[in-house]
Amino acid sequence: MEGSTDMGGTFTLDGAAIPFADGQTILQAAHAAGVYIPHLCFHPDFAPHGSCKVCTVSVNGRETASCTMRAADGMVVESDTETINAQRRALVQMLFVEGNHFCPSCEKSGRCRLQATAYDLGMVSTHYEHFFPDRPVDASHPDLLLDVNRCILCSLCVRASRDVDRKSVFALSGRGARTRLTVNSASGRLGDTDVTVGDRAVQVCPVGVILRKGVGFARPIGEREYDVRPISATGGEA
Amino acid sequence: MRSASLASHAAYLDPILDRFDADPLNLLQILRQAQEHYGYIHPDAVDYLCARLRVPRTKIEGVASFYAFLHLRPHGRYRILFSDNVTDHMLGSGALMQRLCRDLWTRPGRVSQDGLVSIGRTSCTGMCDQGPAMLVNERAVTRLTPARIDAIGALVRARAPLSDWPAEYFEVSSIIHLRGPLLGDPPAPGAAVAAAFARGADAVLAQAEAAALAQVDAAGLRGRGGAGFATAAKWKACRDAPGDARYVVCNADEGEPGTFKDRVLLTERFDLVLDGMTVCAYVVGARQGFIYLRGEYRYLLDALEAKLQARRDAGLLGPHAGGPDGFEFDVRIHVGAGAYVCGEESALLESLEGKRGTPRNRPPFPVTHGYRGRPTVVNNVETFACAARIALDGVDAFRARGTEQSSGTKLLSIAGDCRRPGVYEVAFGTTIAEVLEFAGARDTQAVQVGGPAGMCLSTLEFGRRIGFEDVPTAGAFTIFDHRRDMFEVARNYVRFFAHESCGFCTPCRVGTTLLRNLMDKLHQGRGSPYDFGEIQQLNGLLQSLSHCGLGHSACNPVLDTIERFRPAYERRLVNREFVPAFDLDRALEPARAMTGRDDAGAHLGTLDDESD
Repeated sequence: MEGSTDMGGTFTLDGAAIPFADGQTILQAAHAAGVYIPHLCFHPDFAPHGSCKVCTVSVNGRETASCTMRAADGMVVESDTETINAQRRALVQMLFVEGNHFCPSCEKSGRCRLQATAYDLGMVSTHYEHFFPDRPVDASHPDLLLDVNRCILCSLCVRASRDVDRKSVFALSGRGARTRLTVNSASGRLGDTDVTVGDRAVQVCPVGVILRKGVGFARPIGEREYDVRPISATGGEA
Repeated sequence: MRSASLASHAAYLDPILDRFDADPLNLLQILRQAQEHYGYIHPDAVDYLCARLRVPRTKIEGVASFYAFLHLRPHGRYRILFSDNVTDHMLGSGALMQRLCRDLWTRPGRVSQDGLVSIGRTSCTGMCDQGPAMLVNERAVTRLTPARIDAIGALVRARAPLSDWPAEYFEVSSIIHLRGPLLGDPPAPGAAVAAAFARGADAVLAQAEAAALAQVDAAGLRGRGGAGFATAAKWKACRDAPGDARYVVCNADEGEPGTFKDRVLLTERFDLVLDGMTVCAYVVGARQGFIYLRGEYRYLLDALEAKLQARRDAGLLGPHAGGPDGFEFDVRIHVGAGAYVCGEESALLESLEGKRGTPRNRPPFPVTHGYRGRPTVVNNVETFACAARIALDGVDAFRARGTEQSSGTKLLSIAGDCRRPGVYEVAFGTTIAEVLEFAGARDTQAVQVGGPAGMCLSTLEFGRRIGFEDVPTAGAFTIFDHRRDMFEVARNYVRFFAHESCGFCTPCRVGTTLLRNLMDKLHQGRGSPYDFGEIQQLNGLLQSLSHCGLGHSACNPVLDTIERFRPAYERRLVNREFVPAFDLDRALEPARAMTGRDDAGAHLGTLDDESD
């Protein structure tokens, strides 16, 4: 069973040979080789989560999340195919309709990985019916704004706060379609937690949920990193 | 004031914390018991538990909000949940729920204004052969009738404690129509363990373990939870995996709608199951076992605990555990709290560790990295009972029943349109038609085998056989006669998956809700051929992208019924190319609810009609 990944080796990704080191996942090895695989909940600094499924690839003919699947010698991996990109597009559309994403009025526009990934995958509409969830904005913190309307439940802030900041300020609560981001205070308000602007958790949000107050639009929309070039050309790392 | 409140919480929380060693690994059990005090987990109780367990509040709220039976806000002194399985509906559950709501002046899904009662729905409670059923404060009530509903309404209004309710309301019967080795004459407790030990008595201990394993292997035992993985291979992988401890877990989270055979097995043959667990522990070298009992079967807990104690008293659990010196094994029962996904073995282990029941990334698999990261065997209740039978009767006797690839017998939970619902122990290889004959089913249109995640078979397929090589099943066998609308059956199952999705991965969290909304749209008579294509596209996404079996199988009922009962769908596709999902009149529903208006003037469609 497992254990077959003990040593490094080579697998093919869309026909190209990709070397990997012991313990590397497909996504890690691809990125190390300079090949971009779309992803949202993965971040190189944190333990892989495998929940957004945008990094899904086909391994020996079977779909699996490349951020959690360890590379093995001789694997045949397909990623940049029309079928898989269509699936990824559908996942991004699902994330758009699940929350309330209004890019034109969002401070994160041009730096948002959801938006950039959608553009990069050629998404031209949200396709599915919108859920229009009722999610209040939390402006209780003096330095931070929490707008969970844009949350894609990637849990990067959860992992950063728990594993790096050692504060566990953020967590996922609820179940199924009612899963939501919550914060560590009896009132449920961010202002009553011990989060600070210096926390890793507040810097890692791929979308516009956790925003610093007072510095919005310092760099105009239109000149931001993903406005200038697509996310696939950045190597995918923010 | 506040410290006074904290002190009052300490009074009931401290004994609970002591019982569970104030260990966050037992958080789910602690929260379950903490809730029993007020009927919900009080915010100050959360504060107290945070301090005592040294965990952040987010952890407690994250766990409590994951499980359907746990509440962080007042949820009524009486919490009434009607079983939502399709068989309950076929027996009139819908009208009964409306009746109780009317009796109690409330509406489904909310707490009554006086805080007395909440009424809602829950996934199948495993009482399909004696439904319609409900749970009241997590206690099963069976055989609901309009008269019983009215009486329950009166008891609630009179604030009668459950202990004063008529005992027959809570009666759960073990209805067994066909018995084989598992449900036949029960062996003496410990007999299977003794047989397994005796087999290797002449040999040294290590060989005795190998002999017990070889026997399970030779018997060809495959997991009864549905997937049919070879049991011996699982045990061997666990035994051979490195680790400072090993665990044996009995999966009694029987959540597949339409299944109830584990309830009967636990009630009638608990010692056989424990014998099987003990043999497994002996083979893999485990000292601790767990039974993960679904919350819906909480009513069994006291009786099962008593039987565990009887085994300890008889020397069948604890030091020696009925075997040679140096072998010790004990079992703890862990009660779930309303989450179907915890039947998935890695989600079950997360739940067992006091966490949200989210399936893990695999590999690694539980046999090498299971409970607390240690090698763990997770087997179905029935699998352990089979293992005990193999130790008792030997390989040949076990293989005498069943087929080459599916040896032994299978317990079926039969419900729906038939004269004799209940549990049937049949040999693998039995045809669907034979099972229908046993059950006294007439005019059968379709059978759902293995629950919503299983297969839907039509009359053309009743010659097919129960078995891993043909029609695999975890045990559910739900019968539909020609009166039933198979589209509505599929819609019930789709709603089940949307309700039970854990929310971890995008395709299942969003996709099951989209699928549910599309089926609802067809149900409302607003479907078009476009929606049909959408359903098929969603099916594809769920199957290939979901994180676990729940998402993979969420589309099965739809795919199966589209293939076999297409007219049931086509009838609902109105003759247009496209109807938008957004329905303006339905969107006004909250406004109607707020104003208490539901007259013609409060509906858009009606106004249009008037202006025509």
